[in-house]
Amino acid sequence: MTGAAPALAVRGLTKRFGGFVALDGVSLNVPEGSITGLIGPNGAGKSTLFATVAGFLAPEAGTVRLRGADVTGLPPWRLHRIGLARTFQIPRLFARMTVRENLMVAAPGQAGERLPLPWIARARIAREEAALRDRADAVLARLNLAGHAEAPATALSGGQKKLVELGRALMSGARIILLDEPAAGVNRTLLREIAATIASLNREDGITFLVIEHDLDLVAELCDPVHAMAEGRVIASGTMAEVRNDPQVAEAYLGMAIAPAE
Amino acid sequence: MDAALYAATLLTLAAIYAAFSLGLNLQWGLTGLMNFGGLAFVAAGAYTAALLTAAPSGTHVGGFGLPWWLAWPAGALAAALLALPVGAVSLRVRTDYLAIATIGIAEIVRLAVRNEDWLTGGPLGITGIPRPFEGLGQPWGQLAYLGLACAAVAGLYALAEATARSPFGRALRAVRDDEEAAKAVGKNPARLRVQAFVLGAAFMGLGGAMMAAFFKFMSPEALEPVTVTFLVWVMLIAGGSGNNRGAVLGAVAVWAVWAATDWLAAQLPGELATRAAYVRLFLIGLALQLILIARPQGLIGERIGTQR
Ligand SMILES: Nc1ncnc2c1ncn2[C@@H]1O[C@H](COP(=O)(O)OP(=O)(O)OP(=O)(O)O)[C@@H](O)[C@H]1O
Ligand SMILES: [Mg+2]
Repeated sequence: MTGAAPALAVRGLTKRFGGFVALDGVSLNVPEGSITGLIGPNGAGKSTLFATVAGFLAPEAGTVRLRGADVTGLPPWRLHRIGLARTFQIPRLFARMTVRENLMVAAPGQAGERLPLPWIARARIAREEAALRDRADAVLARLNLAGHAEAPATALSGGQKKLVELGRALMSGARIILLDEPAAGVNRTLLREIAATIASLNREDGITFLVIEHDLDLVAELCDPVHAMAEGRVIASGTMAEVRNDPQVAEAYLGMAIAPAE
Repeated sequence: MDAALYAATLLTLAAIYAAFSLGLNLQWGLTGLMNFGGLAFVAAGAYTAALLTAAPSGTHVGGFGLPWWLAWPAGALAAALLALPVGAVSLRVRTDYLAIATIGIAEIVRLAVRNEDWLTGGPLGITGIPRPFEGLGQPWGQLAYLGLACAAVAGLYALAEATARSPFGRALRAVRDDEEAAKAVGKNPARLRVQAFVLGAAFMGLGGAMMAAFFKFMSPEALEPVTVTFLVWVMLIAGGSGNNRGAVLGAVAVWAVWAATDWLAAQLPGELATRAAYVRLFLIGLALQLILIARPQGLIGERIGTQR
């Protein structure tokens, strides 16, 4: 964490919904090359943090820096282009597309999206599409979805839809990916595979991850450092062991156990 | 020969409506944009082409006596230029505003056409619009014009298909299916929507130019919201929204039904005939409901996965 700017640095980020403060001056770092964890009880503001960092919500205060560059307030499509991608907690697939199309559409900088090229540069676009198709199929194979490439996205199970969310993020070519509960609703076997996939993408491809996850054992295995949030604030940061033993974190989770925030 | 002329007229109008419905399919079928003001863009194309091709007249500016092959693209361009500010302003806010804005712009254009005599000839309209091939005499001139209209629609269909199947079309479908997810995969929804809206309006403008040349006369009477806006929606939804072949098929089928009800109404005794205007509309609406109950996706709906 010394020297180079963190992949992602959030400072004093504040987001209100009417009178309700969903993010109350959140500050945290995601070190370059890390798989950073983000935990906290329901309603802590974790997904809101993702939406605000990724440009879907405008913060009232605070800054977001990507490798040192201030990107606060940039729209999501600009952030996508400069290498920040996110997934949704509840999968949002393009319903009237196949699984493969859901992935192909996520590649940035497609010449075929710029009129009038689709009309006049047919050969070039066909080549681009063929390459994109191979990339999408490679990602699908990695996610055990190869057999579903041609299926409509609506035909997938909830767990498979989560995988397509992950697949779309991978197609972005982003160097920093925000994963919102990538393993929720996925069976144990698949959960192991997703964990292994994330670890190998991190190790071999050098992708930095910020992962929201409720399965604390998974977080302990995968993530370092870990940030814990409650009521719109970061209440603890460190290794999973440190965060787990933090009295404030224990209290936040206890509070949830007595009066579920959902 | 009368039958041949009648069939040629019916098919030519069906082809003109196919241009409108292909344009609406780009906007609604592919992108999910509610354009309830097709009339505005048809009018822009029709009057632009009419002014450019008609002989000089004392009652309005122009005409300029230009050939159709210059005037028709100009008509498409005029419709696109009208759509650009409408789309750019309303689509930046919220997509439902486009529905309201297009209703508004259609009313404005309708009133302007009626009242700006210097430009449109007002209620008297623009006369002496040449129709390509009319020098061939009947019925050959009209058949040749039908051929030209079909060729134009074939060109529009090819362009619409190239658009829908391209990565650009895929991005439009992404925006249509889920705007938030589209942003998450790097798409700028407002920008894509404006492009689709303008392109669809250009199709309608070209159809308008074809209509003006076919009628040889352009007046406010030719621009009824019931046909130029509402009937086009019926065509697209009945034919199959999201499918260009559905858009063309819907135009031909619904226009045939529309023409048939016109003929039926003419057979009615006088008192009933005056009611026929709205009975016709009722029948078309009923037919649409029946189609949608039997086939919610239209005659040929969107097929998932046929686009590469
Ligand atoms: N668009 C919104 N408008 C109003 N309130 C919102 C909005 N989005 C989130 N909230 C509220 O902000 C709080 C934080 O929600 P958020 O989804 O960020 O929690 P979370 O930490 O992701 O919880 P979970 O673990 O259940 O996913 C909640 O109380 C939620 O009701
Ligand atoms: Mg959440």
